Amino acid sequence: MEIIKKEEIEKLAGLARVSLSKEELESFQEEIDSILAYVKQVQEVTSDSESESDKPKGVFSLLKNNMREDEEPHEGGQFSEDILNEAPKKEGNYFKVKKIL
Amino acid sequence: MKIDLKDLTIKKAHYHLSSGDFSVLELTESYLKNIEEKNSEINAFLEVFDDCKKQAQDAQKLFSEKKATLLTGIPFSVKDNILIKGRIASAASKMLENYKATYDATVISKLKKQGVVFLGRTNMDEFALGGSTEKSAFGVTRNPHDISRVPGGTSGGSAATVASNMALVALGSDTGGSVRQPSSFCGCVGLKPTYGAVSRYGLIAAVSSFDQIGPISKSVGDAEIIFESVSGRDPMDSTTISQDTHGQHKNTNVIGIPKRLVEQKGLNENVVSCFKATIEKINKMGFSIKEIDLPNMSQSLAAYYILNFAEVSSNLARYDGVKFGFHKDGKDLFEDYLLTRREGLGKEVRKRILLGTHVLSTGYYDAYYNKAVALKNSLTIKFKEALKDVDAVLTPTAPTPPYKIGGKSNDPIEMYLADIFTVTANITGVPAISIPAGTAHVEGKDLPIGMQFMSAHGNENLLFKLGKKFLGEE
Repeated sequence: MEIIKKEEIEKLAGLARVSLSKEELESFQEEIDSILAYVKQVQEVTSDSESESDKPKGVFSLLKNNMREDEEPHEGGQFSEDILNEAPKKEGNYFKVKKIL
Repeated sequence: MKIDLKDLTIKKAHYHLSSGDFSVLELTESYLKNIEEKNSEINAFLEVFDDCKKQAQDAQKLFSEKKATLLTGIPFSVKDNILIKGRIASAASKMLENYKATYDATVISKLKKQGVVFLGRTNMDEFALGGSTEKSAFGVTRNPHDISRVPGGTSGGSAATVASNMALVALGSDTGGSVRQPSSFCGCVGLKPTYGAVSRYGLIAAVSSFDQIGPISKSVGDAEIIFESVSGRDPMDSTTISQDTHGQHKNTNVIGIPKRLVEQKGLNENVVSCFKATIEKINKMGFSIKEIDLPNMSQSLAAYYILNFAEVSSNLARYDGVKFGFHKDGKDLFEDYLLTRREGLGKEVRKRILLGTHVLSTGYYDAYYNKAVALKNSLTIKFKEALKDVDAVLTPTAPTPPYKIGGKSNDPIEMYLADIFTVTANITGVPAISIPAGTAHVEGKDLPIGMQFMSAHGNENLLFKLGKKFLGEE
């Protein structure tokens, strides 16, 4: 039985803003289905890995937040030209896109 | 003097450069000559920089001013996902084919200060997603040991440049084995440092929870020198750690071997015999061997891929054809996005974006993503525990020697299974090194086989010590 249908792949493609050709839709459905069938085995892991010691706090105790002060900003516009030079379309100091509304 | 590139190491090169046996320019030119002869066949470099000679002259100045360090004048190749200001960094994608980096990665600025020579940027699987360098938008790289075979991946170009003496050493990046596996396939040494040991500022992000930059070289000593030079805390990458973050491991002189590892499905017989010979060798080196329980590797691999897909789909959302990179015009903004990402991103990349979008979507998030995170956490805790009693855990780096180009590209699961031994170090964040340990004689060619040692967090020094002893260095 298939885990994921073609219609679902099409919906995902829209959400992720990637369009697929007709042939790709066919092959992607098959490949994604077999990959999901493989990775689905994480669902078999139940009591063991969800025991008390493995709840997120177990690992979060290994991690700590690493903050820095909001200070010493660089001079405004210092990088604008370099960055804008990489833009496909620009106008003055802006990236240019098509009308949204 | 004639420069013997084959046996050259950083220390040897430094000795000869310091004593004036040859100049940085002569050294650089020897590599450029090799590149000219070999690169058209191997396709390891996507671009050879046109200012290598100028870089060499600048490095030579450091020698005459007595400011040279071990890395001054050392010719590096750099994976195409590490930014060097003003140069193209394409991640082997059409999306970034003409993208010029606007700043230096931290590893690059550290190396620039020491006056290394950057020869060029190397081929890889697009956005570091793959395992053979076959998923590059700019053609496959060929294995220098047998050009009908893959060099491994995703840092296949970097490993191939070192293996074919087109660079003395290289930088790669490792998300699930991408430094270690090509090193195994090409007969090189490859290090995946502890998560956070090396800054990722300026590395094009694939899977931020796993990505690490690592060296590829011919000797463990070279990998160590590069690691020492590029590691350390960086205010530009908040995940970086310092040397005392994890604490030093107590020496045990014991090497751990996962129980029943040789029964792993799909394990090549040459790899099995090399693994057994390695156990014997380290035993003779004075280490005792202890069998340890490794958590289910198949489940670890499944968890790894779910997290890989999820983070790839988020990280690659930035390629929208608006801010930088490739743009394809459509009838409206929505269609601009669709066309830009369809033409700019390769098949494997788009497939992973869809998979990531799926495992993160409502209704599936708990069934996939959350389960994978729980598995990652429990695996990390168990592995830390297992590593307490041993100096390192030994496994093969890859289940097979290098395979034929096109040999695995039709079956995604088979391709992903090639990462079975390497992903554990990425999921748990521990350091791991691949070391050449033998060869498989196939069709008249000697194909390299690498073995992997994994150590406790922050204990790269143990891997270097072990590796140097294993290869008989120093």
